[in-house]
Amino acid sequence: MNIRAATGLMLASTIALAACQKKAPEELPPPPVETATPTPTAPPAGPSVGSQAHFVDAVGQANTVVYFGTDRFNIDTEDQTKLQRQAQYFSQHPQVSFTIEGHADERGTRDYNLALGERRANAAKNYLVSIGIPANRIRTVSYGKERPVALGSNESAWAQNRRAATVTIN
Amino acid sequence: MKYVLIAAAAFVAAPLSAQNQDLGQPIPEGGEVETIEEGEGLSGSVSFEGNLDDLGIAIPGFATDRDVETPASASGTAALGKELARVITSDLRNNGLFKPTGPDALPQPSFGEITAPNWPTWSNRGAEMLVHGYVRGRSDDRLTVGCYLYDMVLQQELVREGWVVQPADWRRAAHKCADLIYSRLTGESPFFDSRIAYIAETGPKDNRSKRLAIMDSDGANHRFITTGRSTALTPRYSPDYRKLSYLSYVDGNPRIYVYDIGTGRQTLVTQSANPTFAPRWSPDGRWLLYSMAVNGNTDIYRVSAKGGEPVRLTDTPGIDIGGSYSPDGSRIVFESDRSGAQQCYVMNADGSNQRRISFGGSRCATPEWSPRGDQIAFTNASSFNISVMTPSGGNVRTLTNGWQDEAPTWAPNGRIIQFFRTERNSGKTSLWQVDLTGDNLRELPTPVDASDPAWGPILP
Repeated sequence: MNIRAATGLMLASTIALAACQKKAPEELPPPPVETATPTPTAPPAGPSVGSQAHFVDAVGQANTVVYFGTDRFNIDTEDQTKLQRQAQYFSQHPQVSFTIEGHADERGTRDYNLALGERRANAAKNYLVSIGIPANRIRTVSYGKERPVALGSNESAWAQNRRAATVTIN
Repeated sequence: MKYVLIAAAAFVAAPLSAQNQDLGQPIPEGGEVETIEEGEGLSGSVSFEGNLDDLGIAIPGFATDRDVETPASASGTAALGKELARVITSDLRNNGLFKPTGPDALPQPSFGEITAPNWPTWSNRGAEMLVHGYVRGRSDDRLTVGCYLYDMVLQQELVREGWVVQPADWRRAAHKCADLIYSRLTGESPFFDSRIAYIAETGPKDNRSKRLAIMDSDGANHRFITTGRSTALTPRYSPDYRKLSYLSYVDGNPRIYVYDIGTGRQTLVTQSANPTFAPRWSPDGRWLLYSMAVNGNTDIYRVSAKGGEPVRLTDTPGIDIGGSYSPDGSRIVFESDRSGAQQCYVMNADGSNQRRISFGGSRCATPEWSPRGDQIAFTNASSFNISVMTPSGGNVRTLTNGWQDEAPTWAPNGRIIQFFRTERNSGKTSLWQVDLTGDNLRELPTPVDASDPAWGPILP
């Protein structure tokens, strides 16, 4: 795939999302059962719209991160559910831009993990774009294996580190 | 789309101040080393016929004609002469070469004896070879250092050479002498007079500070280039040692910069909003390879070191990354997961004729072509050991067995491989090296934890 083709593809998906947007609600999971319902302009003490705290309160911490298998970057149904929840928030707050941070576990070579993190961040981004979030609101960055959240050297730690985390831009 | 290597001053997307905010003070460039002809040394064959590991070499202090002050040593040229011999001894001993005996266990020869050894003094010391040398302070503050290798049995000179160095470069004269001895006795190319760029690491595993640092091949003259405010990764020296290319997060995104050691300024390798990784120089320094991700798909690009339009060399879906030139610059070995997992491939320097060379059943990553051309070192990314194979992928040999060893880099002569080792759980990292034979595995001392080593060629 050359650059021109890739750019074309991006444009195509951006155009396609306008059509998707109408259909999207049918695919969305039932309304969230969490207590964190979208609180319209809550008391001044609460986090401001677009802050990470506001985003986390709204979608739930668990829904801000999607996880991947070793060397994998596919968005499975569990990831889709999480990303749909995120998309709901970003549709409600169209002024909010955000970053998707791609990460890899420590069991990989440095360069490859940087590229793999980038691929994971883009996989999450592409899904969000496909369900209606404009690509120009989404920044991606890869940290490769540089920023682990779980510090052990075992399969459970590695599974937590193979992730794409969504962070709002204030 | 346009990608141009541009001067930092003209850079628009990120201001110069942002690009430089992680850089420390510029470091002075090294001086020239002038080699002086001291007449033809005798070129007879070496008398010793045993295993070179058992070859005893006596290295007494270098003599001086006149003990004078020198910026190279607070104690004058006589003390510096002993220090020169210590550096040579350490070079040989630390690399498991021969059986050297240093100046602290030997008598000191006089200046006149350097060209006419007092043989009885040196016999019965278990040494088959004798090194003599001198250091002389010059009126211009520079130093003249002479190095002589004698065969004790034949009582004959085997080789001699001399150098004029800046006082700050006095260790280079010692490394050149060690190189002269090593090359004369083994027939191999030199490697001591060279430098290493690497990443110095401190802090906890989830908040690691990573700084670009450089040092001589023996760890001396250590300097930090970046301050550690931004994460720096994967440095590579240009073959002329004037530039360092490396990855920095200084503007928040992973991007390759080219840092000019003389001016202390740096430029982006390519003007693009996309992330760039894995910088690699061509052996002649005219080209720079980098890898760039576009919409998550990473490919390898080549750009002239002087700037200009980059050329994309790979175009398969997936991650094509890294790249290491054959010594003649005609081919590139690189890593790709186009088959489903990391494997090593070779292509022509223009990107044509891409073919996979690794079929061992393990993942092949970070391939590096030996400066001799006959071997490719790589990370076995299934077992995380350093391995070597021929350029056609044959004769695979595993050289290390740490919990996680990765990122091999070759000594200038292709006889030693350096890499970094990560400790399980703690995440602590350290630099190691091993002979091409798998012998002489050892850790290199560094001030703090260390990763991503890149060994440069013999200094110009």
